[in-house]
Amino acid sequence: MPTLIDRRGVSRRAVLTGIGAAGALMVSGAAVLSPREAWGLEVAALKPETMRTLIVMARDIYPHDKVPNRFYAVAMKPYETDAAKDPALKALVENGVTTLDTLAMAKYGVPYADVGWEEHRVALLRGIEDSAFFQKVRGGLVVGLYNQEEVWPIFGYEGSSADKGGYIDRGFNDIVWL
Amino acid sequence: MAAPFDLNDDSVVVIVGSGAGGGTLGTDLALKGIKVVILEAGERHNMEDFVNNEWDSFAQLAWKDMRTTSGSWRVHKNFPNLPAWIVKAVGGSSVHWAGASLRFQEHEFKTRSTYGDLDGANLLDWPITLKEMEPYYARAEDRMGVTRTNGIPGLPGNNNFKVFESGATKIGYKEVSTGHMAINSQPRNDRGACQQIGFCFQGCKSGAKWSTLIAEIPRGEATGNLEVRPQSMVQKIEHDASGKVTGVVYVDKDGKTQRQKARIVAVAGNSIESPRLLLNSASAMFPDGLANSSGQVGRNYMRHMTGSVYGVFDKPVHMYRGTTMAGVVRDEAKNDTKRGFVGGYEMETLSLGVPFMAAFLDPGAWGRSFTSAMDGYVNMAGMWLVGEDMPQETNRVTLNMDVKDQYGLPVADVHFDDHPNDVAMRNHAYRQGAAVYDSVGAIRTLPTPPYPSTHNLGTNRMSEKARDGVVNRNGQTHDIKNLFVSDGSQFTTGGAENPTLTIVALAIRQAEFIAGEMGKGTI
Repeated sequence: MPTLIDRRGVSRRAVLTGIGAAGALMVSGAAVLSPREAWGLEVAALKPETMRTLIVMARDIYPHDKVPNRFYAVAMKPYETDAAKDPALKALVENGVTTLDTLAMAKYGVPYADVGWEEHRVALLRGIEDSAFFQKVRGGLVVGLYNQEEVWPIFGYEGSSADKGGYIDRGFNDIVWL
Repeated sequence: MAAPFDLNDDSVVVIVGSGAGGGTLGTDLALKGIKVVILEAGERHNMEDFVNNEWDSFAQLAWKDMRTTSGSWRVHKNFPNLPAWIVKAVGGSSVHWAGASLRFQEHEFKTRSTYGDLDGANLLDWPITLKEMEPYYARAEDRMGVTRTNGIPGLPGNNNFKVFESGATKIGYKEVSTGHMAINSQPRNDRGACQQIGFCFQGCKSGAKWSTLIAEIPRGEATGNLEVRPQSMVQKIEHDASGKVTGVVYVDKDGKTQRQKARIVAVAGNSIESPRLLLNSASAMFPDGLANSSGQVGRNYMRHMTGSVYGVFDKPVHMYRGTTMAGVVRDEAKNDTKRGFVGGYEMETLSLGVPFMAAFLDPGAWGRSFTSAMDGYVNMAGMWLVGEDMPQETNRVTLNMDVKDQYGLPVADVHFDDHPNDVAMRNHAYRQGAAVYDSVGAIRTLPTPPYPSTHNLGTNRMSEKARDGVVNRNGQTHDIKNLFVSDGSQFTTGGAENPTLTIVALAIRQAEFIAGEMGKGTI
């Protein structure tokens, strides 16, 4: 199985494939790399370009400027894992990305992940939002992104509380601005 | 001590389901010296095992067996196989409920007389009055330890309540408090006081919240008269040639089919499974299902008019800290038709964690409008709007003959369309909810659509006349004397209030009736 996210940094063979939205994400061999965030995600079932597109798409669906790309990558990782076991899912994802890239090429002359403006990429997504591919990605993402415990502090959510004695002595009624 | 009863013991009362209705009824009968077997489809958890994590807890507790939906309600589009967010475990949905314990108002037992003949609404007066229910409400409140009754102080207000209270008071609401909650504000009945954990929906880990799992069933078991069999999914209720029920067929925890004989069967599987079981028990003698001579089994499905409003402020609220629903405004609960609808609604504080907020704030939505709202999570306050919805014959639980469950039985299909009265009430409630938060400086308010139903009601309604409903004023089926319904599916109409207190009061009353009739030898 591929490493979830390893912090091995950027290989010298890494190729910067674009300057658009995915400029921060590179494909190298069978991995998607984020030099800025110092992680890499290896893929085997899906094409690395496909995973890169999925991560860009994930951010376009649920854009949070304060949430680093690695959380979107973690949320998209199950599609790689599941595609390895499920040829129909693999086809759905690969074909879905191909369709998206085709639409992007026709309108902007570059693949989806390299379209420069979020607004333009979102317009492309709106065109396919009723498709099984889009619904599959969004449906998994709404749990896969927001259910990561590590992402909660960014939203100011403290998670489990019983193990800390609840909030009876930890600010359940500490509001001061009213 | 659990009392194991023999499968062939035909003197036992068999109760299907261990929630607020079944768990209370079983415990009360056991306390009266009557032998009871409760068959519960779900597992038995200890409160220490509950999880402070929304999705993990959902996996642990929720009813996830296949169901289908139809109709114009948004749940059908967004959650086609999850019509209801209820529990499959010992304690049923009393494990999951928030604790709000409000009595019905007098007119809510007399809706046909009060509201008149409303187009499309199958309104009917209950065959019981508030006056008759009052002593049972009083007993239920004492037993459940409801705050602001029996000298029990109210819960302290959390941050979410403070915003709610401040806004509600500012726009002129008078009946604002931390409510009547079956959550201990001080130690009572061997259970401690609320630790302001939050996660009330995920099973209370401190035991401050009343549930049949921790507060009733152990008392029943201690008598030696109550046996609870978890992971026992009832498939069918059987009857003899005279039409009396004789027992139930169920699949046990090892997947083996068993037959438990019974003197009396009480169905308490919540308003989706209860009618499903009656319908799946159809026989040559009862081709339309048991107790269904009126054709009303499964009909008049109600889920309360619901919706939520979240307000986003410019400073932190941390709404998730502390008791989830200890806050209520009751000013809109009355029947005042000048507002453009009959019936009324309660406004109650509510919070969700980030995972469920993402799933339920605007299901299916994506893009910056949605995510900028999520970015305001820590600055959010939230309320739930819950009011009386109109019973409609076409809102209905039926058997979906094309889809089978893991046992090969047809699953329940839940069909729902809003009545125009429900829509008018929701729109009013959204406006008022937003006004509450606007008055204390909300930057933005978010009218959030109904979640999968938590209050499932009415599918085996109570009626004076046999032709109008399924059960009589004691929850006894009109057609079969030793077959009872003991959950919220008995409700003739839904009221504006959270239903659990009324379910418990009805169960206490029903236990008295069943014991009395058994004593007289009539059943």
